[in-house]
Amino acid sequence: MKKLALLAGLLGLLACIFVPTLLKNHGIYLFTYWLIYVIATMGLNLTIGYAGQKSLGHAAFFGIGAYTVAVMMQAGYSFWLGMPLAALGCFVVGLALGFPALRVQTIYLAFATLGFNTAVWLVMRNEEWLTGGTFGINNIARPEAFGISFDGNLAYYYLVLAFTVVLGFLLWGLLNSPWGKAFTALRDNPIRAESLGVDIRGYTLLSFAIGAAYAGIAGGLFGSMVQFIDPAPFTVEASIMMYLMVVVGGPGYFLGPLLGAAVGVILPEWLRFAQAWYLFVFGAAVVMLMIWLPDGLLSIPDRIRAKRLSREASASRAAAGQSGVKA
Amino acid sequence: MTMSSNQPVLKVIDLKKAYGAIQAVGGVSFEVHPGEIFGVIGPNGSGKTTLFNSMLGQITPDTGKIELNGQDVTKLGPLELNRRGVGRTFQTLQVFGKMTVRDNLIVAAQEHQGTMFSRMFAPTDSNLGAKADALIDQFHIKHVADKKAGELSYGQQKLVDIAMAFMSEPDLVLLDEPCAGVNPSLVGGISTLLKDLNKSQRADGKASSFVVIEHNMDFVMDLCHRIMVMVEGKVLAIGTPAEIRANKQVLDAYLGN
Repeated sequence: MKKLALLAGLLGLLACIFVPTLLKNHGIYLFTYWLIYVIATMGLNLTIGYAGQKSLGHAAFFGIGAYTVAVMMQAGYSFWLGMPLAALGCFVVGLALGFPALRVQTIYLAFATLGFNTAVWLVMRNEEWLTGGTFGINNIARPEAFGISFDGNLAYYYLVLAFTVVLGFLLWGLLNSPWGKAFTALRDNPIRAESLGVDIRGYTLLSFAIGAAYAGIAGGLFGSMVQFIDPAPFTVEASIMMYLMVVVGGPGYFLGPLLGAAVGVILPEWLRFAQAWYLFVFGAAVVMLMIWLPDGLLSIPDRIRAKRLSREASASRAAAGQSGVKA
Repeated sequence: MTMSSNQPVLKVIDLKKAYGAIQAVGGVSFEVHPGEIFGVIGPNGSGKTTLFNSMLGQITPDTGKIELNGQDVTKLGPLELNRRGVGRTFQTLQVFGKMTVRDNLIVAAQEHQGTMFSRMFAPTDSNLGAKADALIDQFHIKHVADKKAGELSYGQQKLVDIAMAFMSEPDLVLLDEPCAGVNPSLVGGISTLLKDLNKSQRADGKASSFVVIEHNMDFVMDLCHRIMVMVEGKVLAIGTPAEIRANKQVLDAYLGN
């Protein structure tokens, strides 16, 4: 399974490098948009999929990251200073948001994080001196590094791709360290985990904080991509959409966010032909997916394997029964 | 040597816990010695589970004291207790269903190594793979070692659950009804395993002590060195299996006939 995932990842990476060169501006823009959501939902997948913390406030971190980078750049600082600050800021705020999770879980935690998202959104909308309110912040520049300008759409796409790959490897490393097992233990059975010495408080807080840092970096990249931000993309609705992306891709599957974000970002484009019916078609697709594949798209191989195993088991039972009759 | 070898692993002193008007545990004292298997029996509602939960840090007793290796641990939670050498199993199955059997065992001990930060850079099996494999062999679950624990039969999961408690080489293991829901042939297997685990010396030369709550009398009488009988939150008797069997009060109150 791990080998298969690695091969799929490698093929996907090659496609990500070469396909956009064949695309026009809108296509490149969509790919960039997709990768930014991949980064954000990689973080959310850690929080929800691996650590099992139901968060509906992820878009708030996406927004905090975007505004941090935008405000910093407006104040004359470099994009490269804004990004680590966005990540760090979101890490700290994420740590703080983790505290409710130590007391409440499941739907109650979802509502607590949803309230947090609403509060952050209100700050973005109302604190005009900092965020520009509903008018937002204009003319966010694209960065450059080592004399290379990332102003062009394709160049910026490759920058975002580089971020995605590096952050993907970091997360892969983290999940393959003992932390990965600790997160899974926390998700599957926190009481048992604690009885085995797993610091469930620490891991809960860190699952929020690391997930938030990923969203912060994605937000910073988002601001520089669209070059204009206002509070609209950071609503509770956006958080729900990100949650949906994780669930559709397959929570707890490393490559889930790639598929989930594609469904959330690219599928709506394909469904444009449906025009006014688009939301209906999208909604219906999601409902069907949730009914037949509640563990997401990447659970399909596991399902096939489970079916094969049960078929084999019943075949061997039948064989054993027959030989029993003969004897 | 400040600690004598006769120092009890666990010492419970006049423990009391009430839920409203109900005195679940009303002044219980006992000691468990190094290497001892100590059974706790009694009818339903006699306070065994409340006692157990107090010893595991799930609930805080109203009064009384719990000492682990001479140190007061009365107010510690489950995490701190485990880090200090208390392992446990649960009455109901509590394995990590989506992890393999091997990973279940590894995660059961990995947090005892290094710091949280250093574990971020540790190998994926925390160098516990060999130890996990040894326990897997001992528990005869090698054929399912790479299967997800949630896919195993009830009995196999029960074995995984017990094996997990021993991965971190605890000084004291609290076993909450290890035979609950287990078929009779496996009960004997579990008994043999626990006896072996009790006898096997660890690297530091110490032996694990067990406290076992169990309703299966044959199992308890066969396995335990000493047994405590609880009735209505109080200790009715403490003694060897033979003494308990011969105790008239115990016969009247619990064992019957």
